[in-house]
Amino acid sequence: MIEIEKTKTPQDVSKMTAEWQKAPTDIIRGTSPLEVYDLTAWYSSTRAIRDISINMQANRVTAVIGPSGCGKSTFIRCLNRMHEVTPGTRMEGRILLDGEDILGDNADPVRLRRRVGMVFQKPNPFPTMSIADNVTAGLRLNRMFAGKKEFAEQVEKSLRQAALWDEVKDKLNEPATNLSGGQQQRLCIARALAVEPEILLMDEPCSALDPFATLKIEELMRELVRHYTIVIVTHNMQQAARVSDYTAFLLTDEDRAGRLIEYGPTQRIFTNPEDKRTEDYITGRFG
Amino acid sequence: MTRTHMEQQLDEIQGDMLVLAGMVETAISRAIEALRDRDLPLARSVIADDMKINRRRYDTEEKCIELIATQQPLAGDLRVIVAVLHIIVDLERMGDHAEGIAKIAIILADDPPLKPYIDIPRMAEAGAEMLRDSLQAFRDRDVALARAVCDRDDYVDALYDQIYRELLIIMLNDPKTIERATHLTWVAHNLERIADRVTNICERVVYLVEGKIEELNVSKY
Repeated sequence: MIEIEKTKTPQDVSKMTAEWQKAPTDIIRGTSPLEVYDLTAWYSSTRAIRDISINMQANRVTAVIGPSGCGKSTFIRCLNRMHEVTPGTRMEGRILLDGEDILGDNADPVRLRRRVGMVFQKPNPFPTMSIADNVTAGLRLNRMFAGKKEFAEQVEKSLRQAALWDEVKDKLNEPATNLSGGQQQRLCIARALAVEPEILLMDEPCSALDPFATLKIEELMRELVRHYTIVIVTHNMQQAARVSDYTAFLLTDEDRAGRLIEYGPTQRIFTNPEDKRTEDYITGRFG
Repeated sequence: MTRTHMEQQLDEIQGDMLVLAGMVETAISRAIEALRDRDLPLARSVIADDMKINRRRYDTEEKCIELIATQQPLAGDLRVIVAVLHIIVDLERMGDHAEGIAKIAIILADDPPLKPYIDIPRMAEAGAEMLRDSLQAFRDRDVALARAVCDRDDYVDALYDQIYRELLIIMLNDPKTIERATHLTWVAHNLERIADRVTNICERVVYLVEGKIEELNVSKY
């Protein structure tokens, strides 16, 4: 049976994170921190995650790791309220984006999802749209109307940020499905970036990609973190070690609900974790 | 679930390291024996055996590199490999110090000893004991023992001071002894360095167990 320590208070979390929070030095565009307190989420009567408190640093990559079924994806989907899109789900707790509670009564999920973009496991460009239209789809959905020139500028800017521009600049009107898997995933990143979010959530963004395409996405993440706050769910521990600044380890408790076991700087988590369960998981002793 | 193959490989590199340590310990005691008994064949065999020590260090190093490349070790597993990688370098260099003593034993073999060898074997024994205990600390993951072993370096340093002063007096009294006394100073210096390298091993034990890299003993020399 897994023993879970007493839930940490917001004060504990702030104190804990303040110890190792260092001011980023290479930021181009400052973004907001994302603070999560006592987050619990259900699918019908099944509790998927319980009492998770994490303070995710602005302009840093936070990796969420853990065995299958530990609630990693549920957790990340709560951060832009995608979780509640599935019927029968609910969540409790507080999620503060730049100090504002995104689960509050007055919070607007649509506006939130513009501030908190998401990239999924499998590249999912809109199949009937061209490359350029894929990039601007979010702008149009969010009614962020602009002239033709502004659209074109945003297409180029987003594709450049996603490190895809040079590969597609001569075929912007071709169907997005003509691109390779790795290119499609970078197109999805460009699509997410086009609405200029503050936070970028990535749910196993490389699991369907080959090692070279994976490397490209990882390098892109290190570049993007100067503009965005990134949260990535990954099964690949080496990837978490390579790309993230902070790592959170989740594990299911006796009731099969995901709990936060350890959270800290990636360098420490992967060389000298404090909790034996973290050590056992990352060294492959279970999971 | 356990990673059986990787655990076997981790056991293997630690076993190799301990065998290497045994070879080094033998080299130190045989080098001192060759010096004391003016035993040329023994001194030559210490020099020849240093090649085997070097070979084993490189073999173990290659195994460590292979483990890192193929298994991507993390946390405690990574610290074991990093510790072994550092310790085998210190052991190999200790072997070089033993070889240095054997070379001096050959140089001094034709001359009568300056004085009975008492403190030099004592220094060698103290260093060898520190080495044995540091490896015990490694095997048992015993940080307290590792720290205690480091403290004993001061005793070896004190013996070195004493030998140095005695040899200086001998040289001042009779300049004809300068060459032999200088060589003996080198023997003592080699032994002093061996004890210093044991403290490096102890630092790696602390790293292995606690994940902290810290200097445990600042050598006088």
